[in-house]
Amino acid sequence: MIAVEDLSVSYGAVRALRDFSFKAETGKITAVLGSNGAGKTTLLRTISGLIDPLRGTIMLDEVPLVKEKPEDIARRGVGHVPEGRGVIGEFTVEENLRLGAMMAKVNLADGLAEQYDRFPVLGERRKQHAAKLSGGERQMLAMARALIAKPSVLLLDEPSLGLAPQATAQLMHTIHDLCATKDLTVILVEQNASTALRISDHAVVLHLGRVVANDVASSVAADEDLRRYYLGIVE
Amino acid sequence: MDPFLTSRIMSDVLSGVTNGVIYGLVALSLVLVWRSTRILNFAQGAMPMLATYLGMVIFSSHLGYWASVAISMVAGFAIGGVTERVLVRHLYGKPELNPIVVMVGFLIVLEGVAAAIWSTQPRSFPNPFSTIDWQLGGKPIALSDFSVYKIVTAVIVMTVVAVLFRYTKLGLQLRASALAPEVSRLLGVRVSRMLTLGWVLSMGVGTITTVLVASNFFTGLTPQVMDGVFAFGFIAAAVGGLDSPVGAIISGLCIGVILQFVGDYLNSNAILLVALAILIVSLMIRPNGLFTKSSARRV
Repeated sequence: MIAVEDLSVSYGAVRALRDFSFKAETGKITAVLGSNGAGKTTLLRTISGLIDPLRGTIMLDEVPLVKEKPEDIARRGVGHVPEGRGVIGEFTVEENLRLGAMMAKVNLADGLAEQYDRFPVLGERRKQHAAKLSGGERQMLAMARALIAKPSVLLLDEPSLGLAPQATAQLMHTIHDLCATKDLTVILVEQNASTALRISDHAVVLHLGRVVANDVASSVAADEDLRRYYLGIVE
Repeated sequence: MDPFLTSRIMSDVLSGVTNGVIYGLVALSLVLVWRSTRILNFAQGAMPMLATYLGMVIFSSHLGYWASVAISMVAGFAIGGVTERVLVRHLYGKPELNPIVVMVGFLIVLEGVAAAIWSTQPRSFPNPFSTIDWQLGGKPIALSDFSVYKIVTAVIVMTVVAVLFRYTKLGLQLRASALAPEVSRLLGVRVSRMLTLGWVLSMGVGTITTVLVASNFFTGLTPQVMDGVFAFGFIAAAVGGLDSPVGAIISGLCIGVILQFVGDYLNSNAILLVALAILIVSLMIRPNGLFTKSSARRV
């Protein structure tokens, strides 16, 4: 479980997150929603240790993460699929996966076999450079690279960005399945609010760094004002 | 007996390859630093020069050649690591001119320090390989025990670096840290250590190169021993592409052979001019280097 308490983050004079608190439960998907500049990506980057907060605490199963280096947080089991996927284009599919598996105490062959089983297209293209994959395939690779390390927490930043509706639906299905079968804590940052709310258990809505809603996903999805003014969902 | 082996052309090729492997090694050491930290190390000749003085001049008379080479290597690794941690680390993310000015300044300081301690007189140390050309049918071939030692050592170093980067976990982390430092950190790679290691490896390659150059009895070791070699190695790295280790080695070899022919058939005074012409023409055709893929970039 990830528990964030009174988290504030700023970029110089600009406050990106203000006194932000929430909990992401184990085995559940927590959606973090909001418009551009709401602070969603900042939240994930702060949990991963890429940004130091002004104040506040972040606990992973009672262990504090603030002030830890990103590499140490990753070694504690926090997998982060960044915005834009972050696959290394100059590496082959297999090299990307080997890099992901490096810090985890997993058998490489078993880890690769598991990911190729989950994402068969990656197995077919294991020797191909990641730069030559399609957007959907890159997203699969980014997910597989995070999963091969057997994380307990998975941070997903705009995974549907640039994907066709069918690929997005397939991806969301995969995320939902993973959460259910692997007992993962998933924090899902998405601009595509409708899609995210459909698979999430809980939802936090941000606006200019402040929490405007923090509730079960179905309640957020049913709130007309939230849908219209903060999530941009127009029927 | 093959007269071709003793011909003038073959002689130039062999001499060119002997010089070219040295340029290739210098270029490789520059590429190792560039790929990991995006810094052009203008002190790439001077830093290993200091390590070579520490090993060869201080110890060679007591411990013999190979032990002194080992001490030079250790000193080179240490100088590389300490320089990255103390000096270079402050230059990351700064304007491109800053590291250039700092590293040129560092070059001048190191050469000045070496001159103050050991003077500018060439220092020779005993090396176990003869520089006398081999004979074939009474005619000399442009190969000696010493030139073969240089070529074999260079091939071993290049192979070790290639295997390290291509087939080991450490190599994968080094490459990932250079290409995508933030993503690498998110995957648990200790990027900071990898950057230091890039400098350590580069200095290892540089120190071996300097030992090979300075082991020549006729060259000896001076504070400026690597200045000329560095210039040709730098051109090889730029022509091959600063992102391409293979390009650095191939360019070094080609430049070595071409310049040998220029010196023999044209004029030895034209060597530097031709080298610069090669650099300018290649940069006009392929600004990123002949062997750098256009898609390769830092993520």
